[in-house]
Formats: sequence, C-alpha cells, structure tokens
Amino acid sequence: MSFDHKHLIDIAEYSDTDIMTLLETAKAFSEVNRRAIKKVPTLKGKTVVNMFNEPSTRTRSSFELAEKRLSADSLNCGGSSTSTVKGESLIDTVMTLDAYQIDMIIVRDKHAGAPYIITQHSPASVIDAGDGKHGHPTQALLDLYTIWQHRGRIEGLRVGIVGDIGHSRVCGSLIPALKIMGAEVTVVGPGTLMPACPDVLGVDHVNLNLDDVLPDLDVVYMLRIQKERLEGAPFPSLREYHGLYGLTRARERLMRPDALIAHPGPINRGVEFDSHMADHPVRSVILDQVYAGICVRMAALFLLLGGAENGLDS
Amino acid sequence: MALILRNAHVIDPACGLDGVLDVRIAGERIERVGERLEGGDSDDQLDLTGCCLVPGLVDMHVHLREPGYEHKEDIESGTRAAAVGGFTAVCSMPNTDPVSDSASVIEFVLSRARAAGHCRVHPCGAMTKGERGEILSEMGDMVAHGAVAFTDDGRGVQSAGMMRRVMDYGKMFGKVFMSHCQDEDLVGDGQVNEGVASTKLGLLGWPAAGEELQIARDIRLAELTGARLHIQHVSTARGVELVRAAKARGIPVTCEATVHHLFLTEDDLDGTYDTNLKVNPPLRTAADAAALVEGLVDKTIDAIVTDHAPHAAWEKAREFELAPFGMTGLESSLALVISKLVRPGTISYARMVELMSIRPREILGVDSISITAGSPADVTVFDPNLTWTLGRDGYQSKAENCGFAGTELTGRAVDVFVSGRPTLADGAIC
Ligand SMILES: [Zn+2]
Repeated sequence: MSFDHKHLIDIAEYSDTDIMTLLETAKAFSEVNRRAIKKVPTLKGKTVVNMFNEPSTRTRSSFELAEKRLSADSLNCGGSSTSTVKGESLIDTVMTLDAYQIDMIIVRDKHAGAPYIITQHSPASVIDAGDGKHGHPTQALLDLYTIWQHRGRIEGLRVGIVGDIGHSRVCGSLIPALKIMGAEVTVVGPGTLMPACPDVLGVDHVNLNLDDVLPDLDVVYMLRIQKERLEGAPFPSLREYHGLYGLTRARERLMRPDALIAHPGPINRGVEFDSHMADHPVRSVILDQVYAGICVRMAALFLLLGGAENGLDS
Repeated sequence: MALILRNAHVIDPACGLDGVLDVRIAGERIERVGERLEGGDSDDQLDLTGCCLVPGLVDMHVHLREPGYEHKEDIESGTRAAAVGGFTAVCSMPNTDPVSDSASVIEFVLSRARAAGHCRVHPCGAMTKGERGEILSEMGDMVAHGAVAFTDDGRGVQSAGMMRRVMDYGKMFGKVFMSHCQDEDLVGDGQVNEGVASTKLGLLGWPAAGEELQIARDIRLAELTGARLHIQHVSTARGVELVRAAKARGIPVTCEATVHHLFLTEDDLDGTYDTNLKVNPPLRTAADAAALVEGLVDKTIDAIVTDHAPHAAWEKAREFELAPFGMTGLESSLALVISKLVRPGTISYARMVELMSIRPREILGVDSISITAGSPADVTVFDPNLTWTLGRDGYQSKAENCGFAGTELTGRAVDVFVSGRPTLADGAIC
C-alpha cells in the first residue's frame, strides 16, 4: 500500500488507486467502529487541530470521533472563539498553532482557498473540511464509499446530482472524484444554480429537467437547498423548487428499481424530497453516508499522518 | 549651459523621428535635435549609444493612495516608482480618503507631487461627491485648480441618469470622462472572472457582461451628450468590440488596457489563490487577452496603463475573498511591453510610444511633449537590451503586490528627464 499525499485538499490530485486505498482503509476501520471498545492506539501522540472557522456540527463531530477512535490528541479552535473573529488573520492564527508543534490541521472555512493558504504557512498536514464554495473532499470520499459499499463498484455508474450545483462545495470535490473513479456525471437544476463552466469540474451532462434524466440514473444525489440563498432569489419559491426538482413518491416511478438516493445532509424535508423518499428503506443511503463519514475520516487521518508505516493493527 | 544627449535612437512618431540623433536640452526645454550636434565647452554630454530616447512616458491610470492610505503608498514613493519605471507623468485616481472630489484635495496632491519632484502628477477629480454616484462634484472648481479629467474609478456610476448628468454638466470644462465600467447588480461580490476560474476556485464570478453593459451604456451617453468618454481598463473581447464600433460611428470615445490584462489570464490563478492576481476587473480568458492585443494593433485601444494599485503585504496576505483588488505595475510595465509586445514583433517601438506617451497626453489634454525644439524636455531613455529580474532588487513602491514578480524582462529605463531635470540617472533615482 503506497500513499504519499501530505494534504487532502484537491481531490483531483488523487489517482483512482489513491482513492481506492482510502476506501479500502475506511473499510478496515469500519470494523473498529463496530467493536464494543471503539478505539485503537494508531495515532497515539499525534496532535490534530480542528479549526472550524464556520459552524458545522456534523462534519466537526465526525472528525472529532474519528480522531478519538484513533487515539490522536485533538485541539478544537474556531467557532465564536475563533481568533479571526478577534481580528487576527488566518495566517497569524496558523503560525501560532504551529508553534505548538502540531501534526495536522483540519480546516472548515467560509473562504475558498483557506486550506491552501494554511499549507503555505505551516508544515502540518492539512485536510479541507469544506472551504467556501470550493471543495469538501472527505464528503466526496464518504459518498464514494457509500456508493461502493452498496453497488460494489463506482466505475460505469451513472450519477445524477440535483440542485444547487453552482454554490456547492460538495460538487467541487464529488464531481472530480466520481470522474476519477470512472462514473458518468449528470447535473440537474435550474439555470440560476448552475456553475459557469460545469465541464471544468468534469460534468458529462447538464440538464434542466429532472424527469428527463431520472430513468437513467444509478444514484440520485440530492443537494441541500440553503434557504439563506433564497435572498438572491435563484428560484421563486421552495414550493416551485419542490415541484420541479423535489424527489417525490410520484417521481419514484421514473427511477430504476435499484437506484440509490443520497444527500450530504442535513436534509430539508419537503424541499429536496418528501419524507417517503428521504426515509426510503431500500433506496435511501443517507444514514449510511453519515456512518461512512467516520470510517473515511479515520482512513484519511491515518494515511496522511503516515499510518501506513505503523500498520493498521498496531 | 546645456546638456547634449548623444547617439540615442530617437523614436517619436509624432514628428516622424526614428534614427540615431543628438538632443540638446537647455533649461526646461529641448533646444535642438539633429545629427552630431556641436557642443559648447560648458555643455554636459551624455553618450546614449544603444539606448532609445522617446517623449516622456505617461501612465494615465495610477493609484498614489495619498491622502488616506499612506501605508500602501504615498505620492513620494509612488512617483519614485514611476520614475524608475521610465514615466515622466502619471494620472492620479481620486479614490483616496478623503476622495479627491474638491479643489482642496486636488491642490494637496499637486503640492505633494511638486515637493517629491520625481514626475509630473496630473490629478483626476471624482465625478460625484465621495464617488457615491449621487451628487455632482465641483468639477469647475477642480478644473480651475488643476484637475485634468474626471472619474469615479474603483466604482462605476450605477445610475444611468446620474452618468448622463455628469456628462451633460461637466462637458463645459472640456475634460474627458474616464469610466470604470462595473454594474454592481450583475457583478455583486464577484472575485474572479465568471467561467473557468469561478467554477474551479469556488469563488463568485465577475461576469464579462458586468463590464460590457456599462461600456455600452456610457458610449450611448457620450453620443447623447457629446461629452468625451474614455473607457478605463477594458478587459473583454466584447468590450474592445464595443469601442471599435463606437469609434467607427464617430463617437468621441477612447480606451485603455492594463499591462496585466494584456499578459495574464484567469488560467494564471489556477490552484494558487494568489491574491496578487486579484484585480478589478478580473483577469479574463486567453481569448480576451488576445482581443486586447488586437485592439492595440488596430488602434482601437489608445493607451497602455498599469492601474498601479499598491497594497500593504499584510492586506494581500489574506483569504482571496478578503484581500483587496489590485496589483502594482509602474516599475514593470515598460519592460513588459518591450519584452512581450515589441521584441516579438507584435507592435513597433513607435506604436509603443503612441500608446504610452502621445495618445494619453492627447486624451488628457495636457501639454504635448515631443522630441522637437521648443518642447518641454520630458524625455525617457531606455536600454532595449538590458535584461533584469523583476523584484530581485526590491521595489521603489512601498508595495510588492506585483503579479509579475520574478519574471525575466528585457528593456529598462536608464535616464529620465522632467522639464530638463534628471529624475532617473543611469538607473538610479535622482
Ligand atoms: Zn478602475
């Protein structure tokens, strides 16, 4: 197993082999998460900083659990106590953290490019836990993991991503990751939610009509509609959005019998889908994605902090 | 006592000069131009063999930052940067603090420039009070105290009605209206060109149309009012096309391109989030840059400028969205134009002199400068073969936010005279 990445920021720098290594490692850690004692000493003595400059309960708790289960020491900074709120610049904060001799910084920031800036000012490994509208690579990996677990492969699958493509950091990583793994990607949504150049992300097809594409898809990935974005009025109402792009019981008839429903969470019931679809016992993999998040983040921490040399069972 | 500049390749298309000549400067003016001029015993002589001598270069779009933002640049440091870059004059933009929207600020800028003495400064006044786009500024008073043109640079005047009022009222002063074209409703918080860059970097897009709509609007308003219009930092292919079509219809419109829009594109941002490349308007596509070069060649574009926009290092060392727009350019633009346009044969030195000296003065309506007897002795001498690395020896500007730092360049100013007085001698500031 060779894995020589220091950072997890730009998923496009990872090969299909790198990604497969991550997914296989995540699968191995899945076993740890099902034990009675969910802890291994793998990263004992390593210091990880969770720098969440923007609130994110889900991603943050997933990372924290992953760190704890690997026995890493972790330090939380950011949130309302963040130095940037007090006027300190991101770079000064990073240089301060660095003086503590830390090994890794996990960063969530509302500004695109923040993780990259950190790599320019700190020798620590950096994981992008979501930067502005740019990227969210561990989300992409947990999505791939979930699809892989359910379908046994990613290559050749047709994945449709529905909703706010243009403002989604999930898309910034998920679309390139799906392409690296050989999937075919269709994006669906109103023109106001499309990026200027979907093709540079790797999108194969752009469609404005959900009903047109639904019959072809193996995975229907619904993006969260951020209600705060409605101020910019990208569509007239949630009601109309739900009518055009909501995954409803009525639309289910258009779907392939084995098509999966995924969503990065947290979900808006009655917007992205109705409850029947969100909780669909066979199709919905939304809670599997949440579980996959811990496994994938353990794998990323392990591999980036040089765990491959320590051995998985140490 | 006079000074004789000997054996320089004199290039001045305005008076048809393109050959090795001597130039004799007496006092503030050029006294004679000719082959092997005779000198008196008391005359100083300067042998300029291998160098080019041209009418003093003008940068008609410069932010000197004083008053208000002296931590970024001040008139002394900014004009020093201009001198080392080969300029004898710059136009200062009015978005200072306080905004240059009154005679007192215009006078202040002029007095500081005189004290610094590194080059001429032609101050531009704001079209509207505080550049807020709401109330006409006292354009008449500012003209009486030395303002050469009007602009709300940094912002576009958002209301078409207000822009019309500016032109209708201000045209009696005979000055040019310089327009920073930016429709704030379309551009919003745009950070980079809308397209590949915005999609890849996950940053809000600044659409080409956000510039072109105001170019089209202002051209139409110039036609309506008869005022003279100058489009600042045109950056898109369609923007160039709009100006070309307007000129063909005889509308009094001119335009400028910045060095960075000519030689950098949105692709240079790829993967770096380099805030030194964050400019307004943003770096566009390679096709847009090619259209700008075409516009230089066919004379749709009248002037090359820098939009020299200095910022403190700590202001640029931020997240891309938090960093201010702008890059410096005074010290690199001549060398970039020589290296990337003249030496490859895209334009001639004569065309370069038109773009960086003759046309800017015509647009601004300031004293014309030529290499001819009686003209003020504002002269730029550059060595077209000198190679150097930008930024290696630091900058005269207080700021270092230059997107071309580290570039190997060919061509550099060596001697500059303003009113017969040296401001740069053998590459050193006087
Ligand atoms: Zn401007």
